[in-house]
Amino acid sequence: MSHTTVTGGAAPGGTTRAATRARRPARALPWARGAAGVVVFLLLAEAAGRLGVISRSALPLTSAVLARAVLLAGNGRFLADLGATVEAWAAGMAITVAAGVPLGLLLGALPGVRVATRAIVEFLRPIPSVALILLVSLLLGPGLRMSATLIVYGAIWPVLYNTIAGIDDVDPVAKETHRAFGFSRLDTIRMVSLPSAAPFIATGIRLASAVAIILDIATGYVTGPINGPGIGAYIAQQSSGTSDLTVILAATFWAGILGLALDLLLTGAQRRLLRWHHTRLGETG
Amino acid sequence: MLEVTNLTRAFGHGAAAHTAIEAVSLSVAHGELVSIVGPSGCGKSTLLRCIAGLIAPTGGRVVLRGVPVHDVPDGLAVVLQDYGRSLYPWLTVRDNVALPLRRTLRGRAARRTAADASLAAVALAGVGDKYPWQLSGGMQQRVAIARALACDPALLLMDEPFGSVDAQTREDLEDLVLRVRRERDITILLVTHDIDESVYVGDRVIVLTPGPGRVRADLPVRLPESRDQIITKELPDFVRLRTEVSRLVRSRDTRAVS
Ligand SMILES: Nc1ncnc2c1ncn2[C@@H]1O[C@H](COP(=O)(O)OP(=O)(O)O)[C@@H](O)[C@H]1O
Ligand SMILES: [Mg+2]
Repeated sequence: MSHTTVTGGAAPGGTTRAATRARRPARALPWARGAAGVVVFLLLAEAAGRLGVISRSALPLTSAVLARAVLLAGNGRFLADLGATVEAWAAGMAITVAAGVPLGLLLGALPGVRVATRAIVEFLRPIPSVALILLVSLLLGPGLRMSATLIVYGAIWPVLYNTIAGIDDVDPVAKETHRAFGFSRLDTIRMVSLPSAAPFIATGIRLASAVAIILDIATGYVTGPINGPGIGAYIAQQSSGTSDLTVILAATFWAGILGLALDLLLTGAQRRLLRWHHTRLGETG
Repeated sequence: MLEVTNLTRAFGHGAAAHTAIEAVSLSVAHGELVSIVGPSGCGKSTLLRCIAGLIAPTGGRVVLRGVPVHDVPDGLAVVLQDYGRSLYPWLTVRDNVALPLRRTLRGRAARRTAADASLAAVALAGVGDKYPWQLSGGMQQRVAIARALACDPALLLMDEPFGSVDAQTREDLEDLVLRVRRERDITILLVTHDIDESVYVGDRVIVLTPGPGRVRADLPVRLPESRDQIITKELPDFVRLRTEVSRLVRSRDTRAVS
C-alpha cells in the first residue's frame, strides 16, 4: 500500500515540473534529446543487424520493421484491432475512474471504513489481472465486457490509492475554514477535498492508463481472437502462424505509439484542467 | 451577543488527557471588539474553535444570540491562524471570496458582484482574477478578511490574523479591522499574542493564563474611539494598559484578577 501511495504522492510534483518546463522557451531541448536517443538506438540496432553482430532471424532490421509498420498503418484489419484496443481502454478507464475516485473519496474521508476494508483490499490487490483471465472469461465469456473487467481490476489501484493519498494530503486548515462557513461535511468533500486532491488523482489516472493498455494487450494475447479484435489478438495470431518477427515488432511498435499518444492525451487534459496547479509550481519551484 | 460559561476543553483520555482551556467564562456585547491575548499554547485557538462550533467543549457552554452553539452557527465567519492555507489555490481570488456565498446567495453573477464589492472594501479591487498564491502575504490576509466579510457575518472570529506579515502590513491590517468594525454592524473577537495589538484594536482585553487557559483578567480599554498607530500608542493610558497586560501575560500567577 505505502509503495503505490509514495509513487502517487511524489508523481504530481514530478510530472508537473516537467510540464511547466515544457512551456518555457527552452522547451525543445529535452524533447530533442529524447528523440535523438531513440534515433541513435535505432541506428545502432540497424547497424548491428547489417554488420551481422545480431542475427537477422533473432532481430529483424530496424528499417524492415519500420517499413512493415508503415504498411500496417494502411491495413484495415490491423486498424480495426488498434481501434478495438482503444475502445477497450476507453471503456475500462471510464469505469476505473467512475468507480475508483468515489471509492477513494469514501475510504479517504472515512478512516474507519478504510481500516475495516484493509484486509480484503490487501488480499485482492496483489492478484495480477493476467492470472484472472481464464476465470473472468469463464464467468463473463469473451468480449469487451471481459476486457473491461480485467482492465478495471488491474487499473483501479493507482486511482484508488492516489485518491486516498490526495484526501490525506488536504490541508486541515482549508477544510476547517470551509466548515466554519456553515457547509456540511459532504459539501466540504466536494468543494475542498476533491479539487485539492485533483493533482494526485490525475497522476493516478495516468498510471492506470498505462496499466490498462498493457492489460488489454495481454488479455488479447492470451485469449487470441476469440475475445474479439485487439492488438494483443493480432500479435497472438501472427505469432501462432508464420511467426513473422518483423510484423510482430511492427505491431508492437504501434502498441508503443498508442501508449505514448494516450499518455500525451491525458497529460494535455490534465494540464488544461489543473492549470492552477501547474502554473503555481512553475512560479514557486 | 455571546455568552461563554465555564467552557472547558480537554484533548485525549485518561492519564494522557490534556486540558487546553479550563472554566473560561466571558461575555461579548453586540458591536464590541474584544481582544483575547495569552502566551502561545494557552488555548486561544481551542477557545475560538469551541465558540465557532467546530469542536465540542468537554464542559460548559457557548450561547450565541440566545441560542446554544452545538454546530457551526449561522452568521459566523472565521479568519484562521494560517491564511496561506485557508485560501484555495485552485480558485481565483474572486472565487475564493465568493465561495462562502454559495450557501446564501443564488446566482453566480450576484456572487461575483458581492465578492468584488468585498474585495474593494479591503482595497483589493482589481486582483479578483489573480490566484491567491500570486499575492503577497499581506494581500492574502486581506483576501481572507474580504472572504469572511463577504457573507456579512454578525460575529467575526479572528485567530492571530496578522501573525506572519511584516510590521507595516500588520499595522495597516489592524487599521483595516478598526475601519470594518466602524462601518459595519459587526461583533469581533480577535485572538492575538501581540500585547500592543490587543490594546490598540480592542474595546476590551481578555488575558488568558498559560495552559490550561483560564481568564486571568478582563480589562476595559479606555482610549479615544478614533485610533492612530502613532498618536494612540503614545498616550499614557495606552502605555499604562499595555504594561499591565504585559505583566499579566508574563506572570506565572494563574489567579483571576478583577
Ligand atoms: N487537536 C488537538 N489535539 C490535541 N491537543 C491539542 C489539539 N489542539 C490543541 N491542542 C493542545 O491544546 C493546547 C492549546 O492549543 P491552542 O489552542 O492551539 O493554543 P494557542 O492557540 O493559544 O497557541 C496546546 O497544548 C495544544 O498542544
Ligand atoms: Mg493558536
